[in-house]
Amino acid sequence: MLELAIGIILGGCALGAGCAMIAGIGPGIGEGNAVAAACEAIGRQPESRSAVTTTMLMGCAVAETTGLYALVIAILLIFVAPGRFVNILLESIG
Amino acid sequence: MTVLLLILAILPIIAGIVIKVMFVPASNGIDITGAHIFFTIDLPFGGLPISESQINSWLVILSLFFFCLFLTYGLKTKDMSKRQIVAEWIVEKVEGLVRSNMGEFFMGFGPFICAILGLSACSSLLTLVGLFPPTSDINIVGGWAMMTFILITYYKFKAGPLIYLKSFGEPVPFLAPLNIISEVATPISMAFRHYGNVLSGSIISVLIAALLTTLSQLIFGKLPGFLGEFPFLRIGLPAILSVYFDLFSGGLQAFIFSMLTMLYVSGGFPEDEYFKRKRLKEAKKQNKQAIENTNGGI
Repeated sequence: MLELAIGIILGGCALGAGCAMIAGIGPGIGEGNAVAAACEAIGRQPESRSAVTTTMLMGCAVAETTGLYALVIAILLIFVAPGRFVNILLESIG
Repeated sequence: MTVLLLILAILPIIAGIVIKVMFVPASNGIDITGAHIFFTIDLPFGGLPISESQINSWLVILSLFFFCLFLTYGLKTKDMSKRQIVAEWIVEKVEGLVRSNMGEFFMGFGPFICAILGLSACSSLLTLVGLFPPTSDINIVGGWAMMTFILITYYKFKAGPLIYLKSFGEPVPFLAPLNIISEVATPISMAFRHYGNVLSGSIISVLIAALLTTLSQLIFGKLPGFLGEFPFLRIGLPAILSVYFDLFSGGLQAFIFSMLTMLYVSGGFPEDEYFKRKRLKEAKKQNKQAIENTNGGI
């Protein structure tokens, strides 16, 4: 019975981490759009290349933040949460 | 003297490797662990763990300190040495960056921005010598972000507390809760961005190394003895990833952290109100002095 409970905890944590990383779609699309616009801008005005590249990298890094929130939650779910939950379970059983 | 300073600049990194070899238990195979905790200082409000990331970040600070001394030792106005040219180039670049992003009023921020840039970049580059990078620990990066948050709030307060409170009620007063949330979210997002990028890089590197080990065991496992166990595929291939995750990503995150610090600090500063208030104060002072002068004259 205990094995089953721990198995459910581990499986739930892994599934949760996987679901959290769905958030990676958003930054991917956003950064793709940003880079596409930057490429167009450089194509139109090749002399503004360095300024456009710097701004694009800044924007990409800011757009990445939501993906990184998901990543942090996924890392917590994989490395921290199972131990916590198993401890809580064992304490409640006594 | 210069050689001595250069040696002193390299010594902390070697000390870090020695500390790692002596005190950190070797991991068996490939595993992902956080910073190793060396010892805990007991304080009235709980233990203060001294971990690998803290020690490494202090070593980086020491190393950068001696490196700066090395660059600026014996400055001259004529027949400049190469060290001095490098130092002047760094100062000019950082001052140009601060001037173009923050304006003339914030020129005093140059050393601070340069310190954050150098500390963050060198901390991320510690992975190249096999040490634990302090930037992949949220406590370190969170500390930097808190420092930035304090600076932002300080410069928002420059024009008086009333204008600071009024800035939450913009554009419409009932959006104040959202403004407070976004104010608190600034340091959190800055810390998470830097820490998440460095940590995800190291985790992906470890996963790729594990995959390559398994693959080379599958391919070369039939070879006799030592040859069968040696992970041939792990030679060279992870280095390509390291160029992106350690060199490019580490440098970019350092740049972005200092860039965002500059933008937030100068963006939150109410310039017009500050100068108006300053002028009013000076006018008041002069009035007072004029009245005192006339009184004294009588």
